[in-house]
Amino acid sequence: MAVCVAVIAKENYPLYIKTIPTDNELKFQYTVHTSLDVVEEKISSVGKNTNDLRELYLGLLYPTEDYKVYGYVTNTKVKFVIVVESSNTSLRDNEIRGMFRKLHNGYVDMLCNPFYTPGENITSRLFDNTVLSMMQQD
Amino acid sequence: MADEVVFEYLHMEMISYLYRTAEKIEQDHCISKLESLGFRVGQSLSERFTKDSSRFKDELDTMKFICKDFWNSVYKKQVDNLRTNHQGVYVLQDNKFRFLTQISSGKQYMDAAPKYLAFPCGMIRGALSNLGINCVVTAEVSAMPACKFQIQIQRL
Repeated sequence: MAVCVAVIAKENYPLYIKTIPTDNELKFQYTVHTSLDVVEEKISSVGKNTNDLRELYLGLLYPTEDYKVYGYVTNTKVKFVIVVESSNTSLRDNEIRGMFRKLHNGYVDMLCNPFYTPGENITSRLFDNTVLSMMQQD
Repeated sequence: MADEVVFEYLHMEMISYLYRTAEKIEQDHCISKLESLGFRVGQSLSERFTKDSSRFKDELDTMKFICKDFWNSVYKKQVDNLRTNHQGVYVLQDNKFRFLTQISSGKQYMDAAPKYLAFPCGMIRGALSNLGINCVVTAEVSAMPACKFQIQIQRL
């Protein structure tokens, strides 16, 4: 399903990034990095229109030729970015929403672990498995 | 009902454990230790409690969340009064603060109040800092079990 999943801290440095296949990781790092500007733009525009839907899910950030990039920002300004292949047409908005919800739940559970220091890179195996399950459902 | 009592006991035991194990000279550090414990807890809790709520508009919106949802989840009641001077100072008044209800009301045990309020102060500070607001939180007790938390926002 997803080819890349990334978690970005509120100060905009990566906490976690996972790609499949792994040999293209640098390219995805760029893709995710580029998406942060779009995320920033979307959040700041929300404040001005009060009648806007203030949802955590930001929807499609931008499409490229091969990939579609989706974004999600928690109330604590932690960003989740999911990259899927454009050729994968079976993925609808609802599925993406579900993936983000799952990712958010996983992140919250991971943060509540007392052995994790907020702001550190994510090394939790449980979180890793959650992400992997989202990437390998084909 | 029972789970709420367990939380109160855990909090009391945490304080007494810290004070019991600390040396005489170190006892001043216990307050800051409790505060930093609360900070970490507040960080986690704010992440969990805001999971399904919509994005906060502004600072006041965040404060309302603390007074309603956060307070309700932690202390099973809401803050009784929220006041602000619109210049970065918020005062949260709780007329029957949970951690003080087991202490006899009046002024007899005033000296013991700071150690029972350090953890809650840290918790508020942690929650707000995770939500992007840096602040200093102080507590004030005039008569048990009423309590006022003053939140001073730190602007850069």
